[in-house]
Amino acid sequence: MNSELPRWATSIALPLLNLLSALIVAAGVIYLLGESPIEALSILVQSALGNAEGFGYTLFYATTFIFTGLSVSIAMQAGLFNIGSDGQMYLGGLGLTLVMLQFDASLPAWLLIPLALMGAALFGAAWAFIPGYLQAKRGSHVVVTTIMFNFIAASLMNFIIITYLIPTGEQNPASRVFAENGWLPRLNAWLPALGDTPLNLSFVLALLCLFAYGVVVWRTRWGYALRAAGKSAHAARYAGISIASVIIITMLLSGALAGVAAMNSLAGSMHYLSLNFTSGAGFIGIAVALMGRQHPLGIFLSALLFGILIQGGADLSLEKSNIPPETFIFIQGLIILFCGAMENMYAPALARILNLKWRKNV
Amino acid sequence: MPTAVEFREISKRFGKVLANDAVSFSIAQGSIHGIIGENGAGKSTLMSILYGYYQADSGTMLIHGIAQSIPNSHAAIQLGIGMVHQHFMLVEDMTVLDNIMLGMEGGFRLRSQRIRIAAELAKLCADYGLEIKVDARINTLSVGEQQRVEILKQLYRNADILILDEPTAVLTPQEAEALFAILRLFKQQGKTVILITHKLAEILAITDEVTVMRAGGVVAALATATTNQEDLAHKMVGRSVATELPRQTLAATQVVLQVEALSLQNAQGVHLLKELNFSVRAGEIVAIAGVSGNGQSELLEMLAGMRQSKGDKISGKVQIQDYVLNYDKKDPCLAAKLRKLGVAHVPEDRLRDGVIKDFPVWENILLGQQSKQTYLDKQKCVEASDALLQQFEVRPLDSHLRLSQLSGGNQQKIVLAREIAARPKLMLVGQPTRGVDIGTIQRIHTELLALRDAGVAILLVSAELEEIRALADRILVMSGACITGELPIADYDTTRIGLLMGGLHK
Repeated sequence: MNSELPRWATSIALPLLNLLSALIVAAGVIYLLGESPIEALSILVQSALGNAEGFGYTLFYATTFIFTGLSVSIAMQAGLFNIGSDGQMYLGGLGLTLVMLQFDASLPAWLLIPLALMGAALFGAAWAFIPGYLQAKRGSHVVVTTIMFNFIAASLMNFIIITYLIPTGEQNPASRVFAENGWLPRLNAWLPALGDTPLNLSFVLALLCLFAYGVVVWRTRWGYALRAAGKSAHAARYAGISIASVIIITMLLSGALAGVAAMNSLAGSMHYLSLNFTSGAGFIGIAVALMGRQHPLGIFLSALLFGILIQGGADLSLEKSNIPPETFIFIQGLIILFCGAMENMYAPALARILNLKWRKNV
Repeated sequence: MPTAVEFREISKRFGKVLANDAVSFSIAQGSIHGIIGENGAGKSTLMSILYGYYQADSGTMLIHGIAQSIPNSHAAIQLGIGMVHQHFMLVEDMTVLDNIMLGMEGGFRLRSQRIRIAAELAKLCADYGLEIKVDARINTLSVGEQQRVEILKQLYRNADILILDEPTAVLTPQEAEALFAILRLFKQQGKTVILITHKLAEILAITDEVTVMRAGGVVAALATATTNQEDLAHKMVGRSVATELPRQTLAATQVVLQVEALSLQNAQGVHLLKELNFSVRAGEIVAIAGVSGNGQSELLEMLAGMRQSKGDKISGKVQIQDYVLNYDKKDPCLAAKLRKLGVAHVPEDRLRDGVIKDFPVWENILLGQQSKQTYLDKQKCVEASDALLQQFEVRPLDSHLRLSQLSGGNQQKIVLAREIAARPKLMLVGQPTRGVDIGTIQRIHTELLALRDAGVAILLVSAELEEIRALADRILVMSGACITGELPIADYDTTRIGLLMGGLHK
């Protein structure tokens, strides 16, 4: 039924309708909390988009979500549902931190930062490799194993941070602060109008990754093999595409993208590794990938939307004491519900309306 | 003798295809009644109507002399009709007892029911000489034993009209003999057995009466004693005139494909291919005739490098020009390697294997050819695709359409166009015109003949004898995983091919 719809309807109209539905339900809840949904919306928009500094924060949050969204998207293209981006990002943070702690006193920034980036990508990829290998060679479903690997990552990081990374004499479960040559340059150095925001070079890297993702997936033979294996295992077998190697390579890339997501907050803003620094960014990546339909532009726009919700939502709960900060998680859940689980809910109705219109024109 | 089932003017249409065309015949109670016919003759449709899967468009069915409408299989079971499908309907991880109980547990607590039903089954097994351990799990049983479980299930449901759909297709000769002994016992007990098969020897060995179907209708209804294999084969295949397509005289020379003593056993130890020997030369079309499921699909998969099943035992040698295929190491990229050697493949199940429905046409043109370039220049790909669509008159001529938006005939043209465009030395073609309209069939045949005249070696697998007659230079007949005969097109003889297809040597 869905395939009868023109492309603009499936890739633009349907996601917008789904998003609108999620926001309408959210508005209803805000109303029930005793606040005006319209006022709430205007605070949210004003805070996230209405001033340069807020906008900078919005883009800063969006940067992380672009990476995790890409991580989930590339796996989806190969028919794999990688739920483990959060754990992979967490481990990526460890890889980055280990490089920083080891070399931030000895190496110059231009060498240290690429090295840290590689550390992040490598650790994220390694963490995703195990579920990928198990899926390819043993048939263990990647959904189940990646969920488990999130928990394992959390426990492992707990252990590593508390046992090895807390500087002696400190109570806070976090590593020491990196030396300043490990700090990613912030964009306000070039664009003072952004004000005091942590938006940094990661954003540029994220845009580059979006572009590279689009080219690799749609314009290379390897991307073709990846999508073919994701759509039809039989056709892949017919074409002589090794599904096992597609799965493993895809999971490596997916994990590397999740690992690199750690750059933004660790090297760009916090400058140390702390417990649970991902704060669920990997899971938001799932929502971003679903809503953005794994398309580069879609991923960018939905990452931006979640950036807006985080930035605006934080200010909203500050101003309106009736609206708790958890409201954001609730809205996020609604968006996943409408854009992921029920993404084709409006498809039959839309098809009917378009059919009617088409008949009238004839 | 009273009739168990009587069909009166049963018709059933699927779209443009008339699957059953005013079928009328009756089946005597307490007899074993055979129904034979080629693929697509309408046997399965008729049995599906009897078992309530389909509703006839017109006509009536009488069960034990009373007109009945059978809206679903539940109603059929109520009337005492049982069906043993070609593919068993058993839960692999459950025991025999639980499988038979399934759907008729008869109470809330399972334990007491289990004891009661196990006792009833023991009695049924004794009555009919069925040797089945009721607490064995299905996946520990052989295929023959699983079939006996299916029969026992029908008996437990009080079936007195038992339909068996190609029951010996998966059995060894010994198991088949055991099955026949059981069926004869049924007959003695006054039950009616309907046997659907294409094996002529079985029909003669066990049935009392036989109905021959062709092209949706009944062409003959005979007492088995009055007929013989030649007569049945002739009636089953029928005679009709092939439209002759022009072709050059055979100038085949160099051997492109050489198959020597190729055998394939699956993980269950069943021979899917047995000691095959043949060759295909450049400029020659070798056709494999046979009823589907006699090893042709497996042969094509092997030759195309697609077979990846675990536990296969493969022996023998396959050589394509100078390259000897290595099946020892399961190589998922073998199909791609063979393409580089000049092997093209139009797969039997094109929707499953040959295309990706959600991809646009131009990306489907790349399937199998994807490793030729690293960067896919969309503009160039679309232009190349457009040119192919134009050449093969695909409608609509739009490379951006999703493949699923095209008709079956046009999808097949796209697969054929892609494989021909690869300039193959060896072309493997499976059921090229299955589900394709008549105009397109002509077109596809013309293309294949042109390919032959251009010096390509072609191996054609087809269930349509007319197609084989129109295209082949040489015919191999497969039955029961073996090649049962070979004849040049000059010796084309429907009766003889029919006999070979039925597993009769010489």
